[in-house]
Amino acid sequence: MIEVENLLKKYGELVAIKGLSFNVEKGKIWGLLGPNAAGKTTTMRILTGYLPATDGRASVAGFDVFKEANALKKTIGYLPETLPLYPEMTVYSFLDFVAEIKQTPPSRRREAVEKVIETSGLKEVRGRLIKNISRGFKQRVGIAQSLINDPQVLILDEPTIGLDPAQIIEIRKLIKSLKGERTILLSTHILAEMTQTCDGAVIINEGNLMASGSLAELTLELRKYLRKTTSSPSSGAKERTSGMSSPGSSWTRNWD
Amino acid sequence: MKNIWAICKKEVKTYFTSPIAYVLITVFLVLVGFFFYSLVWWFNNYSFQAARDPAYLQQLNINQMVFSPLFHNISIILLLTIPLLTMRLFAEEKKRQTDELLYTSPISVGQIIIGKYAASLFVLLVMLLLTGILSIFTFAYGNPEFVPILNGYLGLFLMGAAFIAVGIFFSSLTENQVVAAMLTFGALLLFWILNWAAGSASGMWQDVLNYLSFFQHFDDLTRGILDTTDIVYYASFSFFGLFLTHSVIQSRRWR
Repeated sequence: MIEVENLLKKYGELVAIKGLSFNVEKGKIWGLLGPNAAGKTTTMRILTGYLPATDGRASVAGFDVFKEANALKKTIGYLPETLPLYPEMTVYSFLDFVAEIKQTPPSRRREAVEKVIETSGLKEVRGRLIKNISRGFKQRVGIAQSLINDPQVLILDEPTIGLDPAQIIEIRKLIKSLKGERTILLSTHILAEMTQTCDGAVIINEGNLMASGSLAELTLELRKYLRKTTSSPSSGAKERTSGMSSPGSSWTRNWD
Repeated sequence: MKNIWAICKKEVKTYFTSPIAYVLITVFLVLVGFFFYSLVWWFNNYSFQAARDPAYLQQLNINQMVFSPLFHNISIILLLTIPLLTMRLFAEEKKRQTDELLYTSPISVGQIIIGKYAASLFVLLVMLLLTGILSIFTFAYGNPEFVPILNGYLGLFLMGAAFIAVGIFFSSLTENQVVAAMLTFGALLLFWILNWAAGSASGMWQDVLNYLSFFQHFDDLTRGILDTTDIVYYASFSFFGLFLTHSVIQSRRWR
């Protein structure tokens, strides 16, 4: 569903992504994992048609990201890292506006908005101004807007950032419930997040691909790697468990 | 077309659900009303003198003595108001990063620009229509000519539209609204008085500077004359402003 081949992105002199390639199968939740400034947001911005890539190819839901941008934008949903919300609008009117610019036919707009309000659990705040609702609800509005065109592919950039633990669990539940037919790519810098919600992962660091595959494949590979580098298997196992439970970046660096 | 309508509707709603439109329109109307009152008062005095001295009677013309200077004053107020109307259009989207939503929707940059342009035109139209109430008084108590007044309003609208295009362009350059407003004001004022420089230029440059100056085109319309060259001038000014905006937004994404 998501195919990326040798993707390269330069911002002037700075190389943000250095030839990234990976595939995500239909109906799976995949994590894009990496420390801050690894190129996660840039990758997602390219996949959603917000930024053009310097070189390489990418297709999402069968549409070429560069050549068929308009068709692509109709079939995907995207939650940017900074929530794109208009504080002076009500939750309902904002979702209605998003439905309109995503070209939902007028006859089905109300239905589409009601549906995402239902699935995202926004019933109690539907008539309130976005500036007056809590951070957790704002995050839900962000997810709701990405769902409005019933997308085949959902791209979520740090969907749980800035939330308290209880809210994180709720959002994770919500994301899992969205799976079904959909393909979801979500970015995170927290390892635990990936192991709990995702079926597979793409791990990147400083714009380079470190590893990609299903969780089972990645665990297997990690075991092999640890067996090779550590003499005693018991200490290897210990390192693995501690690595898996601690958030992020140090673990990713082991793949260098 | 539907996309343009969606953007336009949202922007108009934003103008009218926040204090922006109300404050701008109210202050604008208070100022215009004050100018109108002063001009009518002065015209009244003049009429009394004319009643005593027939020589004055020749010059007594409400179109020239009230509406012509009134349109002049309105245009100056627009010069100060429109930068404040347009400053948020793109700068605010960029600052809040809501532009990411717009640019990842199946809607073109051109449609976004035209939608926002149309929304500001609507606010401008409301402002001008409300000042129309003033001219009703002159029709009730005097007998001004209707066509020059209509032409004057049309000219003001076209000029305001050109101002808005310039404002949108500067709003797309920055994420800071004050910067956008100040640059717009500076550029508009400079174009307003560009004909001053024509005095020191010679030959072709003199014509070019005169043609580019707002003031030159504006003189006609305060007298109620609307020439096709003026219409072409304002229309091309608007087009050029919006075209530059499009280029700025596109090039920024490709950088």
